[in-house]
Amino acid sequence: MSRQVLDARHLLCPLPVIRTQDRVKALQPGDILEVRCTDPGALSDIPAWCRINGHAVLQADEQAEEVVVMLQVGPS
Amino acid sequence: MTDPNPNPRQPRAVALISGGLDSMLAARVISDQGVHVEGLNFFTGFCVEGHTHAIRNRDRKRAKRNNALWVAEQLGIKLHIIDVIEEYKEVVINPKHGYGANMNPCLDCKSFMVGKAREWMTAHDFDFIITGEVVGQRPMSQRRSTFPVVQRESGAGDLLLRPLCAKRQPPTLPERCGWVDREALFDFSGRSRKPQMALATTLGIEEYAQPAGGCCFLTDSAYSRKLRDLWQSRGNKRYELDDIMLLKVGRHIRPKPNFKLIVARDAGETHYLQGYRSRFNHLTMTSHSGPLTLLEGEVTADDVELAARIAARYGQGRDAGSVEFDAVVGGLSRVLAVQPFEPENVLPEWVL
Repeated sequence: MSRQVLDARHLLCPLPVIRTQDRVKALQPGDILEVRCTDPGALSDIPAWCRINGHAVLQADEQAEEVVVMLQVGPS
Repeated sequence: MTDPNPNPRQPRAVALISGGLDSMLAARVISDQGVHVEGLNFFTGFCVEGHTHAIRNRDRKRAKRNNALWVAEQLGIKLHIIDVIEEYKEVVINPKHGYGANMNPCLDCKSFMVGKAREWMTAHDFDFIITGEVVGQRPMSQRRSTFPVVQRESGAGDLLLRPLCAKRQPPTLPERCGWVDREALFDFSGRSRKPQMALATTLGIEEYAQPAGGCCFLTDSAYSRKLRDLWQSRGNKRYELDDIMLLKVGRHIRPKPNFKLIVARDAGETHYLQGYRSRFNHLTMTSHSGPLTLLEGEVTADDVELAARIAARYGQGRDAGSVEFDAVVGGLSRVLAVQPFEPENVLPEWVL
């Protein structure tokens, strides 16, 4: 199981979602990905993308003007 | 035509999901017929909602969500968001069927998106494509005469099903093969939204995004004017993602052909434009509270002074005798003090 960080800061939605989607394709079930964003829309969009695609959201919050979403890749 | 799938499994449809009501209904009615539906949403760079939310102060108070994702979640379907920024340039720059009222190449855009859906369908072993199009709803891309154009130019042919107006079209392959029941589809037409709203009520859909369209900056006259100005000033129709993003932000003022100002309209835009400071000459107001201004184009010292006098109009020092800026030009910073222009000195034709 790997743990990776994706820097999606300074990208506007839906680009953080697209970058997350692309990175998750290269990961294995159970892997953890932390996504850091500055677009506040990512706080709702990335968790929504995770829910409809079967990935677990471990954390989603805003810290010092950055949105941090941590997800665990679901079964393929 | 015979069923191309001799070993029947659950039929699979890919739906173009814009986030609006029509595509939501189309996906829902096909899903309700037992078809496995997954959604596609294309990011061209010209999408409206998310970006203005993220940039401007006044939009920050509103709920932030990507409507296509929200729709997919309501429907319980997967959604694949696809970056088509590079490929889409050809559609915007060279639309075979021309532009609509503004810089919107709607017919070429629809063919492009259905064509991309066809590629995705083939790559992922899906059977057909659905859209929320309604014949007669849009003057350019949703007319009886243009429906066959989209089918032909996208390569989708009769694998393209428009459930909301299917009964007004010849039966498509999914209907002829019995993958969907044509009798349970619809015959909507025209610009009225009432049939869609009634169907939404019937299906128990109480919340949805704006009833139709409005999701593309290219249909906006002010945005289109700025895009035309960008191309004219450069002498060609090329663009990069940052170019079209910046057209969504700030006041754009071109006092001379060789440069323009991008003046932030609020703190949110100033914050956003700060991310571009390293790539642009720029003016930061230091003596008074005021917006960040980027200068796009090659500038002389006189141009920078002219820009500063204009930018000074948009800060708290607009009525002061002198306003100071930190002017960064060619990577070098200097203090620049100017007298703000009077309102009548900022000519209307400069404002894009």
